[in-house]
Amino acid sequence: MNSFFERRYIVAGIFIAFILVLLGRLFYIQVVDVRYALYASQNVQRKIMLYPARGPILDRNGKIMVQNEPVYDIMVIPKQVTPFDTVEFCKLLGIDKEGYNKRMIKARKYSPYLASVFEKQLSAQLYASFQERLSEFPGFFPQQRPVRTYPDSAAAQFLGYIGEVTDPIIKRSGGYYSPGDYVGITGVEKSYETVLRGQRGVQTWMVDSHNTRKGLYANGAFDTTAVAGDRLVSSLDMNIQKLGEALMRNKIGSIVAIEPSTGEILAFVSSPTYDPNLLVGRERGNNAAKLYKDPYKPFFTRPVQALYPPGSSFKPLSALIAMQEGMITPQTVYVCPGYYQAGNRRIPCFHHEVHGAVALSQAIAHSCNGYFNMVFEKLVNRFGARNVDTGYNAWRDKVAKFGLGSRLDLDLPSESRGLLPKAEYYDKIYKKGGWRSSAVISLGIGQGELSATPLQLANIEAIIANRGFYYKPHLIKSIGDKQVIKHEYTVRNYVGVDSQYFRPAIDGMQQVVDVGTANGSKIPGIIMCGKTGTAQVKNQLDNSVFVAFAPRDNPKIAIAVIVEKSGQGATWAAPIASFMVEKYLTGKISTRSSGINPEYYMNANLLPPVVLTSSEKRQLHLDSLKKASADSVAKLKLKAASNTPPKNQPISKPTAMLPKRKDDELQ
Amino acid sequence: MSYNNNQQRSFFLNVDWLTVFLFLSLCVIGWFNIHAAVFDENNPSIIDTDTRYGKQFIYIIVAIVLGIIILLLESRFISALAPALYVATTLLLLLVLVKGHNVGGNQAWIDMGGGFRLQPSEFAKFATCLLLARYLSATNVKVTDPKSFLIAGAIILLPMALIKLQPDDGSTLVFCSLIFVLYREGLSPYFLIVVGLLITLFITSLLFNSWYVVAAIIAVTVALALAIKRNRGLVFKIIIGAAISIAFVFGVKPLYEHALKPHQRKRIDVVLGITKDNKGVGYNQNQAKIAIGSGGAWGKGYLQGTQTKYAFVPEQSTDFIFCTIGEEWGFAGSVVVLGLYLFLLLRIIMIAERQRAPFSRIYGYGVASVIFFHVLINIAMAIGVMPVIGIPLPFISYGGSSLLSFTMLLFILLKLDSNRMGVIYA
Repeated sequence: MNSFFERRYIVAGIFIAFILVLLGRLFYIQVVDVRYALYASQNVQRKIMLYPARGPILDRNGKIMVQNEPVYDIMVIPKQVTPFDTVEFCKLLGIDKEGYNKRMIKARKYSPYLASVFEKQLSAQLYASFQERLSEFPGFFPQQRPVRTYPDSAAAQFLGYIGEVTDPIIKRSGGYYSPGDYVGITGVEKSYETVLRGQRGVQTWMVDSHNTRKGLYANGAFDTTAVAGDRLVSSLDMNIQKLGEALMRNKIGSIVAIEPSTGEILAFVSSPTYDPNLLVGRERGNNAAKLYKDPYKPFFTRPVQALYPPGSSFKPLSALIAMQEGMITPQTVYVCPGYYQAGNRRIPCFHHEVHGAVALSQAIAHSCNGYFNMVFEKLVNRFGARNVDTGYNAWRDKVAKFGLGSRLDLDLPSESRGLLPKAEYYDKIYKKGGWRSSAVISLGIGQGELSATPLQLANIEAIIANRGFYYKPHLIKSIGDKQVIKHEYTVRNYVGVDSQYFRPAIDGMQQVVDVGTANGSKIPGIIMCGKTGTAQVKNQLDNSVFVAFAPRDNPKIAIAVIVEKSGQGATWAAPIASFMVEKYLTGKISTRSSGINPEYYMNANLLPPVVLTSSEKRQLHLDSLKKASADSVAKLKLKAASNTPPKNQPISKPTAMLPKRKDDELQ
Repeated sequence: MSYNNNQQRSFFLNVDWLTVFLFLSLCVIGWFNIHAAVFDENNPSIIDTDTRYGKQFIYIIVAIVLGIIILLLESRFISALAPALYVATTLLLLLVLVKGHNVGGNQAWIDMGGGFRLQPSEFAKFATCLLLARYLSATNVKVTDPKSFLIAGAIILLPMALIKLQPDDGSTLVFCSLIFVLYREGLSPYFLIVVGLLITLFITSLLFNSWYVVAAIIAVTVALALAIKRNRGLVFKIIIGAAISIAFVFGVKPLYEHALKPHQRKRIDVVLGITKDNKGVGYNQNQAKIAIGSGGAWGKGYLQGTQTKYAFVPEQSTDFIFCTIGEEWGFAGSVVVLGLYLFLLLRIIMIAERQRAPFSRIYGYGVASVIFFHVLINIAMAIGVMPVIGIPLPFISYGGSSLLSFTMLLFILLKLDSNRMGVIYA
């Protein structure tokens, strides 16, 4: 002890003070501040998504249209790679040393401790040879990944495709998707996305500071398993779908066939088409770019996106409405001088044929323009010629009931409305009260401002086949193992025409095939009722249209066939429809008395020369200057509908191997 | 001699068993937490000598043996050996600069063969304490005497300078703690006040605009001067002090930028919150804070700390061992460990004060100061209130040199204490 004895308290006091400060701080971060517990769990927990298998899609007979097939990604964990025979390795994978180094650098950049993809989507064959020698390549391992595969390479536009999600989709999904997820982009893959994708599972893993997995958090107590996507049964019949695609090869157009008693779509052909398998696998990007650039627009889903004037195929509908409204009876006769005089306009019959005195059935059978112009004029002028707008709108509303001018709500994205203008549309053009029936007279024969999708045309046939009602056309018959059918597909939609009026119209349609314009397409032993159409488009070859249903009693199939820019309905569309109908009803195609056979139609090349709009030409020019992305071109091309009239003289694209039109084949 | 006989007979009675108990408690706590910190599933046994926890077990046994040997020593040797020990460690500190083994940028280790390494700076601590005690306990030496003060200062500064050359900042800093010894022996309290003031000014000048700090200094000065205006001499001193402080404030930033190395500056910036860098320089400290903070009140349980198990905190068995305690035993564990240390420190002060021999007392204060500084800096660093300075937590951190040197430091005091009734050493 010395004179500074009391200083012991100062020193002890300092010690105590500092220890208390430490304890205070510890109390704060350990007890008061709860953020650190959160940070610690963020450090150590990693949520891993478990992806369910996407649902397969079958056709109506149970045949697989799309299913999942495993492909193998070669993964690498850079830290585990020890020296090995890289030459042999590169040879196996078909890459060079430089490619190897590039991939390794990329992988190492991502993480030396975590697995990343070294090479994507090896084919089963390549994988087999790789698998045998896997033990020689330390640090590499295969990872199975399901991709979509299409055994029949058919119905591409119906099936659509899947692709990685884009930012807008992620945003819209409210966080359901995250970058790298696959999602339906078009077709059924898109419209039934929520059903097909199944339910994702989540696992929470514990990781160490190198992100290496150390085990499941809480032994997986909070984890969920993935539930595979539902199986979809499509209404399509692969037999006629494939036949339809074959018949439409090298042609532009569509086939839509509907089962009238259910609204199920039996065939959904959009031509030109593509092999859906092209959009899967290592070459996906290149293939997609090529398809986008294709001037015939294979991604354009013609059955619901392309618009055509119905032409003469519209005539039975006209007749039905007129009978229902009491404007005509089946016995009403029109004496056809070969034309129809509407005001100061004279509308000729086809090939200026003079039909003489025709009643309803003959008028349909011989497609007399005069008769139906007469019918139309009666309808729109029934409140007096001055009140044509009232009459016109009454007619329009009747037509609209048949599904024209509005979407049929098909279970596929991007359906078009078609065009069925209101009287106000003409008021704008001619001023109110400034037009008479003669101004719109061509609507009576399915021309003019009227346009419809092939689906709408086929649905009209289903209505006639059903004698007055339709079920909403749809492509998916049932969902999942429980075979759920959407309620809306079981409801009859009546069109407001009594069933007794159908008989005369159907009589006429039967005559079309039996003795009329389409008699060359008569099917032995089957009564098919149809109507040809030769829809005129200014400055272009006519679109060949044929609509039909069969058999006449208890119809099983209603069909619409359009072959663009090919000529008359009877020449191309009618024979193709007859093959489809026969194949569906009997399973085979018989020899025809007219001598037509399917091979001829399959082999015919009716692709018109490539016609580019001025904006497309400019784009093409820019493309050659700087390689613009395939995407923008595609968008541009999709915007320009396939049947847009050309604004310039047709030019041939120098590079494309364009088949020449063989006009002689028409005769 | 009769005293000696008495001492021999009651040897075990004279040992301060409470301190031994605190020592053993801390060693065992350290051992278990090292087990948790570097737990290896392949070698789960806590005495598996392939692992750090197994090795620490051996070190603890060795430390206990060493402690017993020290207790059996003739205590007069201790004072007599002090100069020799000091010279020996100084030589070792020189040797390590030449032939040392470099770990993590510090040339602080001498290879002893057999996988063991010696860290001379650890032993320099108690050698310095011993020599300082011996010098200050001489009859004609007083700390208040400038000459004595300079010599005492030189005894402390020599090993500091050598260790700074390694450069082991942590161990260098520890020698500063001996200011408590000098204070206890009569150093003017102004020294402590000035040191405290300088640290405060240093931090505030880095954090705030210099002019604000100057304004604050002037305000405080005026307030103080008004309060004690009768004592003109003191007022004058305060004004002089304020002037020096203001000069210091303006000097801090240039000093900071030129005298400190970039990595040191970064560490300080991170602690002061001037920069935020949880991925780079601040990573260790941030992860350490997360480990401790996530422990909550009661901890995650033994071997259950995720930060610990999954290697988020580097150096976890050595300098950051407190993270394991904080994470797995929570605030309760923190209180127990800090409580044990405080108890130990107060006990050492009590022991020091009951010595009749100034040598023993001074040495006792040296022991308390060194342990206190280690605990303070180590834990303050782990919870992010001090920059990262690598020094071990006494008796708890993994490492033979550290454990043995602390054991020697403490047991020499216990030996002196067990002999306190004996001969008074000059």
